[in-house]
Amino acid sequence: MKRKYISRHSLMNCLKKVQTDGISLYAPVTRGEQTDFRFITSVDDLSFDSVQTVRSAKAVAFPCSEKLFSYTKEKNDVQLQDYNPDVLPEVLVFGLHPCDAVGFGPLGSIFNWDTQDKPYNERRKRLTLISLACTRADEYCFCTSVGGGPGNTEGSDIQLTPIQEDGYLAEIITDKGNEWYEKYSSFFEEAAEDIRKENYLVEIPVKFNIEEVERKMTELFESDIWQLQSERCIGCGACAFVCPTCACFDIQEDAHGNTGNRIRCWDSCGFALFTLHTSGDNPRSTQSQRWRQRLMHKFSYMPERLTVVGCTGCGRCSRACPVDMNLSDNLKMFNYE
Amino acid sequence: MNDLISQVQSLLENKTIDIFIGYEKGTRKPRPAFVSKAEEAGKLIFNENCSGNLAVYLTRKDLVEGKKVGIAASYYTLKNIILLFDENQLKEDHLRIITLSEKGEIQLLQSLEEIKQRLKEMSAPAKADEEEWVRKIDAMTVSERWAFWTEELSRCFKCYACRAACPMCYCTKCIVEINRPQWIQPWASVFSNMDWQINRVMHMAGRCSDCGACGAACPVGIPIHLLSHKMAEAVKENFGEPDEKGNVLSTFKPDDKENFIV
Ligand code: SF4
Ligand code: SF4
Ligand code: SF4
Ligand code: SF4
Repeated sequence: MKRKYISRHSLMNCLKKVQTDGISLYAPVTRGEQTDFRFITSVDDLSFDSVQTVRSAKAVAFPCSEKLFSYTKEKNDVQLQDYNPDVLPEVLVFGLHPCDAVGFGPLGSIFNWDTQDKPYNERRKRLTLISLACTRADEYCFCTSVGGGPGNTEGSDIQLTPIQEDGYLAEIITDKGNEWYEKYSSFFEEAAEDIRKENYLVEIPVKFNIEEVERKMTELFESDIWQLQSERCIGCGACAFVCPTCACFDIQEDAHGNTGNRIRCWDSCGFALFTLHTSGDNPRSTQSQRWRQRLMHKFSYMPERLTVVGCTGCGRCSRACPVDMNLSDNLKMFNYE
Repeated sequence: MNDLISQVQSLLENKTIDIFIGYEKGTRKPRPAFVSKAEEAGKLIFNENCSGNLAVYLTRKDLVEGKKVGIAASYYTLKNIILLFDENQLKEDHLRIITLSEKGEIQLLQSLEEIKQRLKEMSAPAKADEEEWVRKIDAMTVSERWAFWTEELSRCFKCYACRAACPMCYCTKCIVEINRPQWIQPWASVFSNMDWQINRVMHMAGRCSDCGACGAACPVGIPIHLLSHKMAEAVKENFGEPDEKGNVLSTFKPDDKENFIV
């Protein structure tokens, strides 16, 4: 791994150059009280100071609604216009935190566990991730409890750590990061040998033992803990929609007479409609069953089937929840003797 | 808080109620909490920071069906309770209500009459921010207003937290879930997001307490409660206040305006 230095001034110039090279920039922007990812046209709109964006960066690879294909009916024939990856942009995702960069791992494993998902993979392949290590956190962050950390480089192509007011340590992590670095190397300088990254990172206390959570959860399928935890959950989609690893979607038809589009859009296991059968039966008829599914999927089924925990500890679900279903508090309940 | 706790304990012990819906300490502010056993009542709190509208739980079948319910109620929760009574969603002898007096003392309300009386004595919390926003939006030209709502609603990702948080959104099948015919496209897009909000607010006409829970729930900060607030204002201006017969748009008066019927 290469270690370099980049000043804030150079970084901004570098990002401008990236834009003039035709690469789209997806980055945090502050608007009122909230900071969120957006495609930006001016690097002056960038926000470096938020603990966390409201939504994760996943929409850049898995948009909240996306056209999968279009069709035209002609007499007895149907003409298909398949998904066209050639129009997809090259995107630099800048300023995401380690918990978001690492989130593309579980997300990608869901989109490739049987069928290789073309739209996701085509978008993902055009992304470069330059993350920002965390020097600030809040009480909802728990990355260190799920195997991550404020300086975790997994998933990032390049990671920047703010080491002074106006400069960053740049770690070049992947081959893609290196290609990117080679292309823009004139903006970087050599990094001093003695920079110790850890000294600049925020400390995040470990809140629970994840192996224990996985083990206990698997045994507790029939327990009343789910009912107890989920009583106040009102069954919206906020937690799933802000989460970097939630991948559930619905398929819908946008039909206009003889033409139409097949649309994929976000869905959530928290909705009652999610498992409603045409017969009227709903195998997950109560909110506690849906809450159990959400947690079991992330902390039991995914580790078991995809060898990856379905949570990066970003804390977004807990920040977004209208009734304060604090996930790490609930996970702590699975650590008992 | 001791008054609250002992009050709830005795309601549970003498079986006046089976479950109490109140607040407990939350991560940043108080959050909903449920107590069915007297010994669990110790976690309950009730103060001016307890702002979430608990009336939303009164129609949650898996929580309250067949049970006698006690609930901690702020101004808007009381308003919603009356609206829910108007729509025959609550049973009087199955409900006990705890409110706070101006001095912060615990008060127990045992009948619909008492709720109505108490609500008359209370003053509505100030809505300075909302008023200011509504004035700003009212002053916009049509195209400015269009641009404002287009920008705001472009962020909506149809998580339906606004619906889930609203005490009056208790339909078991929401219009957005009906697919034959599909009135509203279920995927997020600026226009279908507008369709969703227009339908939500129209369905609230005359039924909305103006509590603002919808806007507070929106994770992406779309001020949709302004739509509810504006609608509540428009209903009041044009059709007056609800009377003892029920809410404004569910009741008929011979002198109701008809000039909006095309
Ligand atoms: S479950 Fe919550 S904390 Fe975990 S990754 Fe998703 S949003 Fe973040
Ligand atoms: S946990 Fe919170 S955000 Fe998630 S469905 Fe329940 S109420 Fe909504
Ligand atoms: S303000 Fe919003 S949440 Fe409250 S009753 Fe009206 S529509 Fe429902
Ligand atoms: S809560 Fe906000 S984002 Fe969610 S459906 Fe309502 S308006 Fe859209």
